[in-house]
Amino acid sequence: MKKTNWLLLVLALVLSMFLAACSGGGDEGTSSEGEGSSDGGEKKEEKADSQDSEQVLNIMDSAEIPTMDSSLATDAVAFQFLGSTMDGLYRLGENGEVEPGIAKEHTVSEDGLTWTFTLREDAKWTNGETVTANDFVYAWQRAVNPETGSEYGPYMMGGVIKNAQSIADGDTPVEELGVKAVDEYTFEVVLEKPVPYFKSLTTFGTFLPLNQKFVEEQGDKYALEADTLVYNGPFKMTEWKHGEGWTLEKNEDYWDAEAVKLEQINVKVVKDVATGVNLYETGEVDRAGLSAEFVDQYRSSDDFRILEEPVLFYLKFNQEANEILANVKARKAMQMVIDRQSMVDVILNNGSIPSGGDVPKNFVSHPETGEDFRDINGMLVEKNVEEAKKLWNEAKQEVGQDTVELGYLGGDSETAKNLDAYLKDQLEQLEGLTVKVQAVPFKERIDRDKKMDYEIQFAGWGPDYIDPNTFLNMWVTGGGNNHTGYSSEEYDALIEKANTEFAKDPVKRFETFLEAEKMLIEQDAVLAPLYQRAKAQLWKPYVKGVIVNPMGPDFTYKHAYIEGK
Amino acid sequence: MTRYILQRLGYMIITMFLIATFTFFLMKFLPGTPLSAADKLSEEQQAVVLEKYGLNDPVPVQYFNYMVNLTQGDLGISFQFDNREVTTIILERIGPSMTLGFQAMVIGTILGMLLGLISAIYHNGFLDYGSTFIAVVGKSIPSFVFAGILQYFVGVKLGWFPVALWEGWEYTVLPTVALAIFPIAIAARFMRTEMLEVLGSDYITTARAKGVNKFGVVFKHGLRNALIPLITVLGPLAIGLMTGTLVIENIFAVPGIGEQFVKAINTNDFPIIMGTTLLIAFLFIFIILVIDLLYGVIDPRIRLAEGE
Repeated sequence: MKKTNWLLLVLALVLSMFLAACSGGGDEGTSSEGEGSSDGGEKKEEKADSQDSEQVLNIMDSAEIPTMDSSLATDAVAFQFLGSTMDGLYRLGENGEVEPGIAKEHTVSEDGLTWTFTLREDAKWTNGETVTANDFVYAWQRAVNPETGSEYGPYMMGGVIKNAQSIADGDTPVEELGVKAVDEYTFEVVLEKPVPYFKSLTTFGTFLPLNQKFVEEQGDKYALEADTLVYNGPFKMTEWKHGEGWTLEKNEDYWDAEAVKLEQINVKVVKDVATGVNLYETGEVDRAGLSAEFVDQYRSSDDFRILEEPVLFYLKFNQEANEILANVKARKAMQMVIDRQSMVDVILNNGSIPSGGDVPKNFVSHPETGEDFRDINGMLVEKNVEEAKKLWNEAKQEVGQDTVELGYLGGDSETAKNLDAYLKDQLEQLEGLTVKVQAVPFKERIDRDKKMDYEIQFAGWGPDYIDPNTFLNMWVTGGGNNHTGYSSEEYDALIEKANTEFAKDPVKRFETFLEAEKMLIEQDAVLAPLYQRAKAQLWKPYVKGVIVNPMGPDFTYKHAYIEGK
Repeated sequence: MTRYILQRLGYMIITMFLIATFTFFLMKFLPGTPLSAADKLSEEQQAVVLEKYGLNDPVPVQYFNYMVNLTQGDLGISFQFDNREVTTIILERIGPSMTLGFQAMVIGTILGMLLGLISAIYHNGFLDYGSTFIAVVGKSIPSFVFAGILQYFVGVKLGWFPVALWEGWEYTVLPTVALAIFPIAIAARFMRTEMLEVLGSDYITTARAKGVNKFGVVFKHGLRNALIPLITVLGPLAIGLMTGTLVIENIFAVPGIGEQFVKAINTNDFPIIMGTTLLIAFLFIFIILVIDLLYGVIDPRIRLAEGE
C-alpha cells in the first residue's frame, strides 16, 4: 500500500508539473498568435496604400517607462514617449529648431512678461474633445500643485511662471499661477521675470497639456495603462506591456496626421547591450546602441552612427572642503594636468569629444554670425603638464601643505570606474597629491553633492532648454545645483545682466554668456571640463527622417519613415 | 499532523513579521533618496514630494503605518513607477520569472538526477567521468557567459530559437536552458554522492544478495534514500530561480521580477523592496514547510520521529 501511495504522489507531481508547463506555454502561444494576425492585417492595409515598405519601426529602450503622466515624468524614457504621443505648445523640429505644435503663434508683451499663445482649432484628443487653452491651464497648475507630488513641475516652472514657486511650496493657492485661458483658443502666460528661452521651454514634457475631464475621471489610474491615457500627438499608445515593451500607432485624429508616415512603432525593453546588438543582427530591431567594446567591431560598418549629445561631464571641486581646493592655482593645475584626448579615444571610445568649457558644442550659436558658442570661446583649458606642476607647487606653498590627500567621488558603473582610475592617475602626476576614489551609486553621489560631502566629484549636466543659461545659471551664488562653494559677485552680476538687462537683446546676451563662461572656467577654475558625451549606435539604412533632439525626447519620430527595406 | 502544520504556520507568521521589521529598518540605511530628480530640486522642493510618500515622518511612525497597511494587504505604491501599486507590479513581473524558474528546475532536476545516477551506477567508469565533467562545467561557468554563448550560437548563428524578448513559448527556450545548467550540476553532484553512499550500505548488499537486479536496486531502494538531501538543496534553489535572476533576465530581455528587485534597491523604491522581499521570504518559508512535510512522505523514519 505504502509503495503505491508514494508512486501515486510522484506521478501526480510529475503530471501536474507538465500540465502547468503546458498551460503556461499555451497561454503565451495564443497571445503571440494574436499579435501575429494583427500584424498581418496591417500589412494588407499598407499594400492598399501602395507603399513599397511596411511603415513599421522596431526599436528598443533600456528601461520600462516609469510614468506616462507628464506632470510626474522625470526621465529620458518617459519624455521620449510623451513626446511621441503628445503635442505641447511647440515641438522640437530639425536641428533643435522649435516648430509649431498646438500653438500656431504667440506674442510677447513689451516687458517680456506676458506671453499670449494662439492655439490651433483643429487639434483633438483621442477621446474626441478639442485641445483648448484650459487643457494647458489645468496641466500647468497640476504640475506645480504640491498635492501632485511632481518633481519637474516646481523645477521647470519655479521662478519662471508667476507664483509657481510659492504654489509649489504650499504658500499660495494653485489658482494664482500665472496662466489663463483668455478664450478657448487663447492661452496667456505671465512670467515671474523675462525668460528669453521660454519658447524652447514649452516643448518640454512638463508643459504638455492635459485633458482635465479625462484625467479627473481616471483619478489615481490616470496614465497607468495604455487605455487610461488620452493623446493629442502624432502617435497613440495602443499596447503597454509593463517591463516588456509597448506599441505606438499612428494617431489618425492628429491635427498634422498627413505629415506622419509611420504606421506603427514597436518598442521592446532590452537592457543588455550585447543582446541589443544580437537582436539588431537578426533583424528584429532597426536600431541598437553600442558600448565601447563594440565600437571597434562596427566602426567601419555603413550602419554605424555617432550621435552627439549636448551633455557635459566635468570635475567639480568643493571649495569649502579643503584649503587646497579653495586655491584657484591648485584647481587650475588640476584642469591642466588632464589629457582629455586620450581619455575619449581610449576609455570612452564612443565618439565623445574633449570639452573645454561649460557650454557644449553644436548647442547654441551666435544670433548674428551663426558661429557656434564653443567655437567662439574655444578650449578654455588645454593640457599643459609643466604649467600644471608649476601652479600646483605654488598652490602648495601658498597653503603651506606638502602632501595632499583628496577624496574623489565617482560613479559605480564599469565605464565610470575606468574613467575614475584614469583621472586618478592623471591627477596624481601632481607631486604630493594622493587621490582616493570612492565609487558610489548615482543616488548617493547626488545626496553627498547636496550636503557638499565631497572634495572632488565627477559630475555631468544635460540641458533643460536650448540656451546657455541652462548650463551657466547653476553656478551663481546659492544656485540650486552649485554645491561647490563658488560665489563670485562678478559672475552673479553677469548672469543677472544676461537674464534681465539683455533679455531682449540676443546679441549682447549671448556675448555676456561667453564672458561668463570664460570667468567660470578660465579665471576662476570652478570646474575641470572633461568631455561632451556622444552615443555610438547602429541604424538600419532604411530608417529615414528620424530627428535627433538636443534635449527633451531623444528622437522625434513624427517625420520618420521606412524606405527600401 | 494537523497540529504540527498549524504550529508551523504560526512560526511562519512570526518569521514574516521579523523579516518585514528587519528589512524595513535596514532599508532606511540605504544612502540616497527615492526621488528621481533629486539632483535638480532644492531641499524644500524635495520635502514637498517626500511628504506625499509619507517619508517626512519619523522612521518608527513610517514603520507603524507600513505594518498597519500590510496587515490589510496593502503594499503601497511604487516610487519609481508613479502611482502604480506594488501588488500590480509584482504580479505583472513574477509570471515570466516563475515560468522560467519552473521549467529550468524541472529540466535541471530530471537531467541532473539522471547524470548523477549514471555516475553512481558506472562509478569510476567512462560515463562517470563524462557526467562529472558536465556537472563541474555547469557549476563553474558563470551563467552570463553560458547565456551569452547560447544566445550568440544557437540564437544568432544557428537561428534555432529567438535571440531574446518575451513573446511566446519559443522565447523561453534559451533562457530556460541557461538557467537549468546550475540545477543540473547541483542535482548531479548530490545524486552521485548520495547514491554511492546508499549503494554501499548493508541493505543494498542484502537486496542484491537476494537476487534483485542492479537497476531494481537503484530505482527501488537507492533513489528514495538519496532524495532526502537532494530535496533539501533543490527546494530553496527552486525558489531562488523562480523569483528571478537579474543576469538571465537582462540578457534575454525577460520582463521578470529579478531585475525589478535590483532596480528597486538602486533607486530606493522602498515599497517595491519591501513587497519583493516579503514575497521571496514567504515563498522560502513555504517551500521549507513543504520540504519538511515531504521528508515524512519519502522517509518513514522521519515521520515516526516527528510523531513522538
